[in-house]
Amino acid sequence: MTLEIIGISVLWLFLFLYVIVASIDFGAGFFNAYSAFTNKQHILTGIIQRYLSPVWEVTNVFFVFFFVGVIGFFPQTAFYYGTTLLVPASIALILLSIRGSYYAFATYGAKINHRGYIYMYGLSGLLLPASLSPVLAMSEGGFIKMDGDSPYLDYLALFTSPLTWSIVVLSLAAVLYISAVFLTWYASKAGDAKATHLMRKYALLWAGPTIITATGIIFELRSHNAEHYSRLLDLWWIFGLSFLLFLGTVYLLWKRRNYGWAFILLVGQFFTAFFAYGVSHYPYLLYPYLTIYDSFTNEAMAISLIIAFIAGLGLLLPSLYLLFRLFLFDKDYVKGKSDYHA
Amino acid sequence: MGFEDTALLSRILTLMTLSFHILYATVGVGIPLMIMIAQWVGIKKNDEHYILLARRWARGFVITVAVGVVTGTAIGLQLSLLWPEFMQLAGNVIALPLFMEVFAFFFEAIFLGIYLYTWDRFEDQRKHLLILIPVALGAAASSLFITIVNAFMNSPQGFEILNGEFVNVQPLLAIFNPAVPTKVAHVMSTAFMTSAFVLASIAALRMIGGSDHVYHKKALFLTMKIGLIFSIATAIIGDFSGKYLAEYQPEKLAAAEWHFETEGDAGLILFGVLDGQEPKYAIKIPYALSILAHGTPGAEVIGLNEFPEDERPPLWIHYLFDTMVGIGMWLAFFSMVYVVGAWRGWAIVRAKWFRWLLLATGPLALVAIEAGWWFTEVGRQPWILRGYMKTADAATTSGQVDLMIILFAGLYIILGIGTVVVLTRMYKRNPVEKELADREAKKGGVQE
Repeated sequence: MTLEIIGISVLWLFLFLYVIVASIDFGAGFFNAYSAFTNKQHILTGIIQRYLSPVWEVTNVFFVFFFVGVIGFFPQTAFYYGTTLLVPASIALILLSIRGSYYAFATYGAKINHRGYIYMYGLSGLLLPASLSPVLAMSEGGFIKMDGDSPYLDYLALFTSPLTWSIVVLSLAAVLYISAVFLTWYASKAGDAKATHLMRKYALLWAGPTIITATGIIFELRSHNAEHYSRLLDLWWIFGLSFLLFLGTVYLLWKRRNYGWAFILLVGQFFTAFFAYGVSHYPYLLYPYLTIYDSFTNEAMAISLIIAFIAGLGLLLPSLYLLFRLFLFDKDYVKGKSDYHA
Repeated sequence: MGFEDTALLSRILTLMTLSFHILYATVGVGIPLMIMIAQWVGIKKNDEHYILLARRWARGFVITVAVGVVTGTAIGLQLSLLWPEFMQLAGNVIALPLFMEVFAFFFEAIFLGIYLYTWDRFEDQRKHLLILIPVALGAAASSLFITIVNAFMNSPQGFEILNGEFVNVQPLLAIFNPAVPTKVAHVMSTAFMTSAFVLASIAALRMIGGSDHVYHKKALFLTMKIGLIFSIATAIIGDFSGKYLAEYQPEKLAAAEWHFETEGDAGLILFGVLDGQEPKYAIKIPYALSILAHGTPGAEVIGLNEFPEDERPPLWIHYLFDTMVGIGMWLAFFSMVYVVGAWRGWAIVRAKWFRWLLLATGPLALVAIEAGWWFTEVGRQPWILRGYMKTADAATTSGQVDLMIILFAGLYIILGIGTVVVLTRMYKRNPVEKELADREAKKGGVQE
């Protein structure tokens, strides 16, 4: 394995982790808002806040980790993506800032329970994946064009492309699906039958749209980026495996049992699909301008980054385990029996 | 829109984001240490008041951390959005400390979450103290790493340039550049000093508001003592920083001191306005600049005229330098008066006007932080990477920076107001007297 492959694999893994934890976060905000809208807020709010409060900051770090890592391993990306993404990334940043800080303001600080605020929070959770996911479309090529030496983003092409919109719809469906499956599990752990029931319903509801849009995108790539499409087909068996895992999740949800396994299968489904997609994208970071080879940093920096990464993981994994043990897997905490908030 | 304009607008947006972020970042680095000290003193003295102090500070701290996190994310991404050519080039050399900063931040985030949500979960208060150590360490480490990045921009090393690309990169050499020791020490000691004074201001505010609870007196005395220690440390490190500048960035020191001709016996200029090359209405302390720069009164200090005109920093950084140093001196002096006075039982420390001065310490320290950062950042203009890349050549070519300035300005206004409103509400609804009474009641209940 070359250093380039190690670098991109590490980053892809962190992007994947961000997709999962952020989906739970974004989706939870939406379901909370939706339950307020349908006057079922009393069922969900407690569960959602108990999960989110100790971990929302950690969720954000996965995102920072990803973009700092990309610049570190592939400094050229700063030039192409940095120049072209000013507007969309700034909008995403502003949404993220408002969302993050107001979550803290409301839950740690003023204990605001205002409906308007809850709706805004829920909506912003849907706008964020919608504003972040077009970057995936951009990486397929055709939207970033060159004006002499400086790249620019062709908004018209981006916004009129069915590929962009399919990816946006997929990201929304996936966010709601991932979040609903997780919260079903979390609620069942808490022994909260009502919340479990409600979240199970939402999970089943969003399973269909997720798998349909995901499949649709594969076919849309055929006309957009034929080279990528053919590499995707070479990996058909991984997508097949992913689909089987999907069926497993839906089956368990349908049968109302083993919600923990349902969530694990879901992670497996997204993991396989995410990696198959990533592998088929190889070697391009931005088709056709940037490959992972010509944008890679020098060898000395790559090695030191990987050493730092291993050392960092040595600290991080035990800490994350401790966090999960105290909040995710602690029965009394999950059930809300004890409130130890400072 | 012209290229120059984009550079200027990018500078404005970066300035805005950083100026807002450092207020939160500074207390973000310092307050965990204060919480830790309070918790430790509380355990050691077996004094409920200090434990409560830690708890109440922690609650307010979450709010500032949240804003610090999101604005930190903003500046992290803006580096690539606004300065793509800089990141493309410098990323090859400086990615390591940036990456390590994220790990430190990760570490801090995890343990802060644990600390906040395990309050009273463990019988043994020492366990809570144990959880605080990684929070404080993580906060300090992230300031260490990010300051290294900034130090590198001031004195780049650890690479060679061949045909516009970095070759022969040595990441460790880049990390341990000459600006690091003074910069890191200065950033950390001022962060601790500022946080101590900010917390002292809160105690003073409550005392001015009429609360005479012993809790506030303990808080005030503790924080002012810490403030005194770190303001003295800051003054000493400031002196080393002067010597660093004289050695490695003489143009910054010369611009700060309006020192045009290279000469010995150089005097330090306080205040004043510049008329051509002649400072007017200034107080001149003889030999002080030579002492600051090299430690001896007769030492020769390099003047600004040695540098080509297009490589000189703007001269108005003098005012920033004066503001920073002036406030620093005042805080060191004033905290010494308070600590000695409180210890000896002088009457003036209880006087109302004195409490107003105590109240002013926190905001003054924050002003000094801003002035200091503007001084160091504007002082390395026109370079973004001193000696290698000019700021104007690094800016994005995107034409929409002006719109982004407006958007982000709106965001920072909302966040700023939000912080103030939430913090005020949080403490007004639950004053310490009430919380102490509640805790007593709860304890009584447990015993029965």
